[in-house]
Amino acid sequence: MGVEVAIAAAKAGFVLFLALQVMGLGVFFERKVSAVIQDRIGANRAAIFGFAGLGLVNTLVADPIKFLLKEDVRPAGADRLLYTLAPVLSVLPALAAFAVMPFGDVLELEGRTVNLQAAALNVGVLYILAMASLGVYGVVLAGWASNNRWSLLGGIRGSAQMISYEIAMGLALVGIVLTYDTLDLQEMARRQGELLWGWLPAWGVLYQPLGLVIFLVAGIAESKRIPFDLPESESELVSGYFTEYSGAKHLMFMMADFVEVVLVAALAATFFFGGWQVPWLGREGFAFPWGQQLPLPSLAVALLQVTAFMLKVIVLTFFQIVVRWTLPRFRYDQLMRLGWKGLLPVALLNVVVTATVVLLAGGRA
Amino acid sequence: MIAPLFVLLALLTVAASLVVVLHRNPVYSALGLVTTLFLLAVLFVGLDAHLVAALQIIVYAGAIVVLFLFVIMLLNLQVEPRTLAPAPLVVTGAVLGGALGVATLGVLGRDPLPLAAVVGPGYGGTEPLAERLFTAYIVPFELTSVLLLVAIIGAVVLGKKRLS
Repeated sequence: MGVEVAIAAAKAGFVLFLALQVMGLGVFFERKVSAVIQDRIGANRAAIFGFAGLGLVNTLVADPIKFLLKEDVRPAGADRLLYTLAPVLSVLPALAAFAVMPFGDVLELEGRTVNLQAAALNVGVLYILAMASLGVYGVVLAGWASNNRWSLLGGIRGSAQMISYEIAMGLALVGIVLTYDTLDLQEMARRQGELLWGWLPAWGVLYQPLGLVIFLVAGIAESKRIPFDLPESESELVSGYFTEYSGAKHLMFMMADFVEVVLVAALAATFFFGGWQVPWLGREGFAFPWGQQLPLPSLAVALLQVTAFMLKVIVLTFFQIVVRWTLPRFRYDQLMRLGWKGLLPVALLNVVVTATVVLLAGGRA
Repeated sequence: MIAPLFVLLALLTVAASLVVVLHRNPVYSALGLVTTLFLLAVLFVGLDAHLVAALQIIVYAGAIVVLFLFVIMLLNLQVEPRTLAPAPLVVTGAVLGGALGVATLGVLGRDPLPLAAVVGPGYGGTEPLAERLFTAYIVPFELTSVLLLVAIIGAVVLGKKRLS
């Protein structure tokens, strides 16, 4: 019993650790990519006790410390309870969603078989959507509780935007669920290890390229970043729903933003890029399509898989940050038109076509 | 589910639903509703009905109450003055509520359900539920979707100022 609890706690801790590490790396990318795209050097002047040798890394250490030490301002007339609760409500669901994320296959350790997934839910996909839909409360409540017109407008924009794009996101996932015939993310990742024509790993992107595009667009919209940052839009709403926030609470909103980026990357990796799959790597080791075998111990296999998953998540995080610094912001009517008249019909078409193909192929794709 | 956990969750659910009715600020009432629905979902998880729990959160907590909040904020409702409904309404409510309470206590006082009524493992899973929904209950299911379609068309007609 004690060992089981320890294993469960270790898995939960590890997946949170992964998420937060990639998040930190995301902040690094954000600074550096924006600098490179705008032909700047980027932040490199933060000196910690007179030491500025590490340049941007120094800034990444100094930033959160500075946030934590700032005065925590609460505007007059703000709702005390909800004003404090809102940042927590915006970061918590995004982190909770990582509970069902598989980060490896199984680990054989001292006669035990450990499933490398913190919570093996048989409704994993729905759990992700549930957590994504709860994320909107942080935005709405922050906007309302700040007692500020800009914040309220940002909160209202945020709720409308997130509800609109959740539908397209859910429908994009229906295609993937139909393809792999399961709602469990771990099972989905395992099925992506099958080979097409004996050599090509059956990753989701091959079956659902349209689904991937819809999912990524809707996912970026859900994380409320440029080109979908209407709830914040600095040029018109100052900072939207978190205009009034300062110090640690502001830091939590920033953190929620980046955790959502990592979440979208991790989900896209799991659904469309094989999750932790390394091509031709099975539980016993590599089995190359040209007949060669390379047996590996279970620990090495698990390490390779976790590394592969991390790399995929990092690449997709990087991709989202490049998108964010490349595109300008949509207008609000454009945002709504893209969501309801663009993504939704295309996603429905994707579902119908996938369902037909799955039916004709005899139940499974 | 373990009994103490159930009792704790039940008490929290009742407390949250009391906030919905009693709090004078409509935003807090809406949040009380979200909390109630969320706790109900937790109770569903305790009953092994994972699918229902997830749907409860996605549909009610994640979409419908957000729209409630949206409207409350757009209308900029202030703290409600506390008023009591007219006396006949209060009396009727008290009588009906009391009757419901007595009936519930009567049912609870009976012998527990026979063992045959206890469901098997995996009952609340996605596949058994989908199977029942799309075979035995297909007609009510389709009728509900027609009803929703009617509601959507109605909303569009009401929302459009002029139909051309």
